[in-house]
Amino acid sequence: MNSAKKMKQWLSRLLAFASAMTFVSLAGAHAFLDHATPAVGSAVRASPAQVKLWFTQKLEPAFSSVRVLDRSGKQVDKGDPQVDRADATLLFVSLPQLAPGTYRVTWRVLSVDSHVTDGDFTFNVIP
Amino acid sequence: MSASSTSFTLLAVLATSSSLVTPEPASAHGFAGKRFFPATLATEDPFVADELSLPTVAYSKQPAGEDSPATRETSFSVDVSKRVTENLGFGFGANYKQLRPDEGDTQRGFDNLAASVKYKFYQNDERETLLSAGIDWDIGGSGSKRVGAESFSTITPALFFGKGFGDLPAEAKFLRPLAVTGLVGIGIPSRAGTTTVNDEGDVSVERHPHTLEWGFAIQYSLPYLQSFVQDVGLREPFNRMIPVVEFAMSTALDRGASGTTGTVNPGIIWAGQYVQLAVEAVIPVNSRTGSRVGWIAQVHFFLDDLFPKTIGRPIF
Repeated sequence: MNSAKKMKQWLSRLLAFASAMTFVSLAGAHAFLDHATPAVGSAVRASPAQVKLWFTQKLEPAFSSVRVLDRSGKQVDKGDPQVDRADATLLFVSLPQLAPGTYRVTWRVLSVDSHVTDGDFTFNVIP
Repeated sequence: MSASSTSFTLLAVLATSSSLVTPEPASAHGFAGKRFFPATLATEDPFVADELSLPTVAYSKQPAGEDSPATRETSFSVDVSKRVTENLGFGFGANYKQLRPDEGDTQRGFDNLAASVKYKFYQNDERETLLSAGIDWDIGGSGSKRVGAESFSTITPALFFGKGFGDLPAEAKFLRPLAVTGLVGIGIPSRAGTTTVNDEGDVSVERHPHTLEWGFAIQYSLPYLQSFVQDVGLREPFNRMIPVVEFAMSTALDRGASGTTGTVNPGIIWAGQYVQLAVEAVIPVNSRTGSRVGWIAQVHFFLDDLFPKTIGRPIF
């Protein structure tokens, strides 16, 4: 067998293995924030009733939380964070009527496959 | 089915079965706080992780030298890294090269194998900062001389760093997705020079200098922008892209050699949940390095995401 043929065979095996690994990648992974309402870094005119976060993976409800803090660092949400029963990628928390200002959303979640991720962003309520 | 085919099949089966094991909390690869550092192609990144690059394909054309014709070089590499503990890991790499000179026969074969060890000794999540130290061993004589594999080893101790700029003030919030990773090391050849005698009996000595190996990668993370700074409306696949420019340099230090060679590699990394795809142009920084623009592309797997319970976790 010449070396060119050997190389092609070697490459085809590598690609086959790579394909197999791509296939099993359905296993699970880190949960990244996909999008949120209010949107990351946005300004809203009316106080939102909830902050909703959609992630790229299903979440483990017992170990996933979100808080909303005002500029002084005081927690202002209603303390009822929960993962949606119908959509396990959605984490939300209720809000009281918010005064105009900047608010920080901090979250820490555990995806169902075991990886912990956290993060934060701000949104503004404008008069 | 050949023995090697059987091995690959078994690996694929193991990979599949291991993904079905019940998961439990595991740490993250390439993270410092909320900052995800992608694996870079031309410069070694600072984190210790369970990862597999399969394959990395590169193409370049080297200009003609005094005694050699212009040569097109294509390489296919495999690199794997494995955590021993949370902060200590090792890696292995193999590189199959094909050299096609404008005149003469095509040469194929493996370059020298590479082995490495790395220890992450500092991490500050709030400052998105990583520091690590490691040693790379280019194993002399393990490759084919046909493709230029050296008969001597080169040991390269190096320091690696990573810094995300998520701690910039709100006034500079659109710079927060920026990050830089890089390294500085000393390449120490195991032999000061190589003496060769040609058919006419002429003796020549090629000296092997110590080298300063240095490089960095500047990256702007669109996922970071979308998730932590401002949702600017990017959706798949753009919200997973990280534009990057890598600088990979080598400066000769002694033994009659001087000067720097290297490349500047602008490109795009797409970081998915389990796999990362990347492509970069490879631009020589000077005529000593080359004169043509090449390219490099890579498929990179996050083993800790694929197999969090088995091969994707630290051994201890």
